[in-house]
This record gives sequence, structure tokens and C-alpha cells, in this order.
Amino acid sequence: MRLVLPNPGLDLRIPNYEDLEKMEKEDGDRPKWDNKAQYILTCVGFCVGIGNVWRFPYLCQTHGGGAFLIPYIILLVLEGLPLLLLEFGIGQRLRKGSVGVWRAINPYLTGVGIASMLVSLLIGLYYNTLIAWIMWYLFNSFQGPLPWTQCPLNDNRTGFISECQQSSTVDYYFYRVTLNASASITDSGGLQWPIVICLLAAWTVICICYIRGISTSGKAVYVTALLPYVVLAIFLIRGLTLKGAMNGVKYLFTPDVDELMNPTTWLDAGAQVFYAFSLAWGGLISFSSYNPVHNNCMQDAVILTIITGLTSIYAATVTYTVIGFRATDKYDTCISENIRMLLNGFELPEDSITASNYNAALHHLNSSNPDTVFGLDIKTCDMQKLLSEGVEGTGLAFIVFTEAITKMPGSPAWSVLFFIMLLCLGLSTLFGNIEGVVVPLKDLNLFPKKWPQEALTGVTCLVSFIICLLFAQQSGLYWVTLFDNFAGSIPLLTIGLTEMIAVVYIYGIDRFNEDIKFMIGKKPCIFWQISLRFTSPLILLVILVFYLVTQAQQELTYLVWDPDYDEFPTLASVPYPSWINVVIFVLAGIPSLVVPVYALCRLVFVRCKKKMKPEKDINQI
Amino acid sequence: MLEKILLLLSLSLSVAEGLCKPGVGEAYKVRFSIKTALGDQAYPWNKNEMFLFRAALAFAMRDFTNGEEFGVSDIHPCNETQRVSFWFVVTRPKTMDLVDKGTVEMAIKKSRNRINGAFLLTDKTLEFDGIYPTLAAPVSPDTPPWLIVFGVVMGAVSVGIIALLVYPLVQRKLKKNMDADDEDSDEETGVKTAENGANDGIYNSTFSDDERFTQM
Repeated sequence: MRLVLPNPGLDLRIPNYEDLEKMEKEDGDRPKWDNKAQYILTCVGFCVGIGNVWRFPYLCQTHGGGAFLIPYIILLVLEGLPLLLLEFGIGQRLRKGSVGVWRAINPYLTGVGIASMLVSLLIGLYYNTLIAWIMWYLFNSFQGPLPWTQCPLNDNRTGFISECQQSSTVDYYFYRVTLNASASITDSGGLQWPIVICLLAAWTVICICYIRGISTSGKAVYVTALLPYVVLAIFLIRGLTLKGAMNGVKYLFTPDVDELMNPTTWLDAGAQVFYAFSLAWGGLISFSSYNPVHNNCMQDAVILTIITGLTSIYAATVTYTVIGFRATDKYDTCISENIRMLLNGFELPEDSITASNYNAALHHLNSSNPDTVFGLDIKTCDMQKLLSEGVEGTGLAFIVFTEAITKMPGSPAWSVLFFIMLLCLGLSTLFGNIEGVVVPLKDLNLFPKKWPQEALTGVTCLVSFIICLLFAQQSGLYWVTLFDNFAGSIPLLTIGLTEMIAVVYIYGIDRFNEDIKFMIGKKPCIFWQISLRFTSPLILLVILVFYLVTQAQQELTYLVWDPDYDEFPTLASVPYPSWINVVIFVLAGIPSLVVPVYALCRLVFVRCKKKMKPEKDINQI
Repeated sequence: MLEKILLLLSLSLSVAEGLCKPGVGEAYKVRFSIKTALGDQAYPWNKNEMFLFRAALAFAMRDFTNGEEFGVSDIHPCNETQRVSFWFVVTRPKTMDLVDKGTVEMAIKKSRNRINGAFLLTDKTLEFDGIYPTLAAPVSPDTPPWLIVFGVVMGAVSVGIIALLVYPLVQRKLKKNMDADDEDSDEETGVKTAENGANDGIYNSTFSDDERFTQM
């Protein structure tokens, strides 16, 4: 296919091969990786994030267990791999951050870079709030017993506070003690001081890790990218030795092939691959631009895909050993409670009903004295239901996992390990995130040129911290969910799609092939050709359309923690207030629309400039 | 004489049995879960254990009323089941007047730990129906531990930031001093250096790629 849109002046804007060779020999002032391992670890850290622990296992389990791996791996190869090669290749070739790259391809496309920067900023804001919550739990793990094992007492010390009594100690600790959640997003309440200082800690840690750009963050990734694997291994060993762990693993991987017929499975797999690879954030392009020109980016893309896929499965296994343990523990408690009620109600000696003969005994008693049994209000203990209890997102880490940890011997140690792992996973993703914000800001000349890297990082972190105070309010949880749903979904898909079209049809796939040949010595094979030109853009388009259609159809509701709700402790589903549409437009609409709007503005500006007398060059966006 | 005593005893026993009626009046139900608490080391429930219970309860009543001489015979159990649960009432010493529920409750609450200890049980395994144990408040240290950890982390990070910012400045100052010393000794070799420089060529970054990009 020779379809390439006309793109005059491209050769003037990008360095040609001789320039690249010259740049390679000289020591420019562009930062460089100390070694290949730093680059790979940074990319692995960027791609492997908290989502691998708390999103992928949930998707795997709800979409047919082991069978979900089939669409996941297929889409990993068809969708993730080409997009990775695209971002790595274009960054390495044009040697600029995201704004620079798109501006070089075509000045009208600078909007893509700006959109990437805005999306990275919005995601970074709420992501760091999650880090702040993780830090809070980490700081509170250095005590035994852990603070979320007990409810506080009520006034006359005869029982626990009713909110805690009705829900559970871990729920109360998360929603009341940590967040002090209000009952709706409009009710912002005051600032929660513990969260404010944890946010301060989170932004300061990011600031110091990224203070000199990749020369500091490149050293930090040795810890933040590798430590999670070590901790996961420790948890795997611990998890497999817990009672009931295999129930969880079996539940996770039991394949349900019928789910493959469900289109939602494929769409969720596609979306997960796209978000997991942190594509369209701009960070990967930036990181690749610091590579030597002849670095084998194709090999890197393949390595990264394999590592991400394997890590997802690894983390899912570990997560489900712990979930299996918790479910088994709850099931055993439920059975013991029922046995106790039966023994007390029928005044039977203690050992007459045990877990093994429980069902037979219950049946016998029910047939002989059905009224008494009914009056006792025996609950049915359902293992499957316990295994499937809402286990994704913040609920998994802060409620399910913390509860499971309290039941392990030596819980403070396990809690510290778990939250350090989450912290490292989050930090390494944030390095890529902040790279995707600071470098475009530099390229857009929004900072004075003589400011050192330290000042840029410092100012970005300070401004972000102040904006993040929005999430430190009592309604912060609902704002985080809002950002998660809207800032991180549609804009990324739009930018990803535009990137593919820009590189394949505006930069030219032939030129891209030549670049790859120059950089690594051989042209991409037929698989890459087809997937870059057709398959990947098509998959992205399908996912984007599906997302837009479902979002448009869905009523805008959100879940709140409301102690006055009838079915408390279940979260109440409440409609959003009407002004939320403005916020959603800012989060999802503005980054997506920046691309065409910028192109339009530039068109108008250039036309005006031609008409008016030639003036001094305005060195602007 | 002996017959009279026997008659009185049987009368009092029958009266007492009449006093203790499950669920009525001043009676309390108590439940023992010995096997749950002690597992393999559980002791069997027998008359001796019952005697210990009555003695412990008599102690509780004495302790609460501060001297009234309650005895084992003032505690009347009835309706013992295989679960090891039974009802009991308390009567005033030397009379058959029932002690009211409130007093019994407060006496038990006061000496709960002692009664539990006598049986090697806990609040959960030795239950008095209707008497809720006062819960121990969760231990809260004066300085929350999380503040300490936060302080350590922030301190380390601040020191790190200051070090990273100050170090290059210090290095630059040292280099300037060293250059000032070297310049004095390099004046003779100045010409040679220029010649060497001219052979290698220096990449002049003034003409670098930045200006190729079309400006908006």
C-alpha cells in the first residue's frame, strides 16, 4: 500500500542518517542511559504497574479464568507489540520527547504530543493519590497488632462503633479512618490531614527520584522495578503454604470456554493490553529517545511484551492464593458460627457437630425440628460466592488483602512487604508518567530555557501536589474513581489511534521501515507490516467505538460509602450531579479534542500570518 | 434432731428448686465451651466443676457486696444440659430471698476475669446470657507509629534532595579553584593546546537541529 498523505518539509525537520551517526559519536547534552539494563528496567517498571496486581486478576477471573489468557495473549501480540515497536522506533529515530516527535513529523500534529502530556498529567495526579494511600497503609504497618484488626469501642464500651460493627474492621479503617469518606461527591468536607501529608511524602519521593531526569530515576528503577518481583516470590511461597490457597488458584484458572463467545471478554482484554503497556502516555517515546541509534528496538518490544504478559499471570497467581486463603478462612468461620448456633440452640454437647458432619447434622435437625432451625437464622456458607467477592481495584488492595494479611501469622511483616511492593510498582509507573509531563513542557518552551532539570522537576511536583489536594478532601475517593474512569480511558485510545495513523500514513510506513533497517539492520517482517497498517489500528478503532457506545448508554452513577444507606455495608449506587458533565468533558474531552483543535488553530494562524506583513517569528507552542 | 435437719434440708432444696426456673425472674443462663477453648486439654464437666462454679460465683457476690457472707449453698443451678449450659439463681445468705438480676450482673462484671481464670476460659467461651463483657480498649500509643515512619522517610528524602542540589555546586566551586591554579601553570603550553584543538574539530552546537523544526 502506498497510501501516504502529503507531508512537505519532513526531511528538513528530522535529522537524516548522517546526522544521526554524527550525534551518536559526539557526546551531546541529551541524557543517555548508563546501560541497556537501566532502559529495560525502566520500561518494565513503567508497564508493570499496580494494574497488574489489582485489575488483571479480576478480569481473568470474571471472564472465564484460564480461558481469558487466550484473548489476552492474542491481543498482546496483535495490538500491544506493534504499538510498542511504533513508539520505541519513532522515539529512537527522531530523538525527541513526545511533543518534539509529533512536531517533527508534522507541525499540525503537535496536538498529539500536547494531548499525551495532558493525559499523563491527569493520570499522574490520581495515580499519585493512590500512592499516597499506599504510603499511609505502609506507615501504619509498622505496629502490631495492625490498626485495621480492631474496631474502636463505642461510648459506653459495651460494643463497637455501629459503622464498624455493621461493615467490617478493614472497611471501617479504609473508608472512615483513612479517607473519612463523605456520602457524595458534592459533599467535599474538609481536608484529611493524614492524606495531605502522605501526598506530600509521595510527591517528594517522586521529586527526588526524578530530580535529575533519567540519571536519578535510572538508578531508582534498580530497586523499584526489581523489588516487586522479589516480594511476589516471597508472597507466592507464603501464599501456597496457606490453607485454601489452591482453591483460589483453581478458581482463577478454571477455564470457561463459553466466555470466549462473549464480545466483552475480547474488548476487556484489548483495553487491558492497551492500558497495561502505558501506550500513548508519551513516556515510552521519551525513554527510547535516550537510546543509542542502533539499539535493537524490535527485540526490546518483544522482550517487554513477554515480560509484561508473564508478570500479569505471575501476579494473578499470587493474588489468588491470598484470595483463596481469605475465602477459605471466611468459609470456615461461617461454618463454625453456624455449628455454634446449632449447638447452643439445641443444647447438644460440644463435639457432636463438627465441620465434617455439619451438612448431615443440619439436614437431620432441619427435618426433625424445622421451626427451631428457622428461628436460629442459619446463614448459608457459599465458598464460590466468597471467592468471587468484589476483588478489583482499591477494594482488592485495601480491603481484601489487608483482611487476609491480618489472619497470617506475623502480619505486620507481610503488610510492610505488600505495601512496599505496591509502592514500588506505582513509583516505577510514575517515573514514566512524569517523564511524559516534564519533557513535553520543556519542548513546548513553557519553562525558561536556563532553568536546570532540578527546577523543572521541582516546579512540576509542587504544582501537581497543590492540584492533588482535591483528592485529599473527604470526597477524594469519588474524584479518584472519576479520574480513573474518564481521564485514563477514551483520551488514551484516541491518542493511540492517532499515533498509529500518523506514523503509518503521514510519516509513511515505508520511511518507518527504512528507519528500522537503518537502526537495527533489517526491515520489519510481514507480521509487523500487516499489523502496523491494518490489524492494530482496526483493533484500537473497535475498542474505542465500543467504549464510546457503552459510555454514552450508561447512566452516570457512582458508588458511595453511606452509613445511612439501607443496605449498608454494600456501597450505594448514586447518580452523579449534573455539573459532573463539565468535569468529564475536561478530563476526557479536552485531551481528545486538543489534536484537531490545535491543527485548526495552527491552520488559521498560518493563514493569518501569510496575509499580514511578515513579522518576527513567534517562538510559541 | 436428725430428722428435723433432714426435713429442713429437703424443704430448702425443694424451695430452691422452685426458685430456679429457666427464663423467669432473676435467673441467669451460663454456657461453657470448654472443648472450644482448650481442645485436647479440655477437662470433663462434672459435679466438682459445678462446685467450683458455685464457689467462684459466691466469691464474686462477696466481693461485690463487700462482706455479705455468701456461700456455695446460696447459688442454685438448674436445668443442666449436655451442652454444658444451665440456669442459676442467687439467694441472700441464710435466707431464701433472691438477689435481683442487676446486682448479680454487676458482681459478675466486676469479677469476670477471676471467674474466667478459675476455669481457664475467656469471655467468649464462658458466656453469661445477657451480660456483655466490657471490651478492652485497643492499645493506642502516645505517638502514632505512622508519624515516626513518616518522619524518617521525609527526613531521608529531604537530606537526599539537599545533597543532590548542593553537591554539584560544591564540585563546581572546587573545580574553579583547581582551574585557577592550573591556569598559572598552563600559560606556556597554551599555544600547543590550541593547535591540538584545531586538528580534532569541535562540534559547534549553535548549528544544531533545533532550528530545523518549523516554529509555530
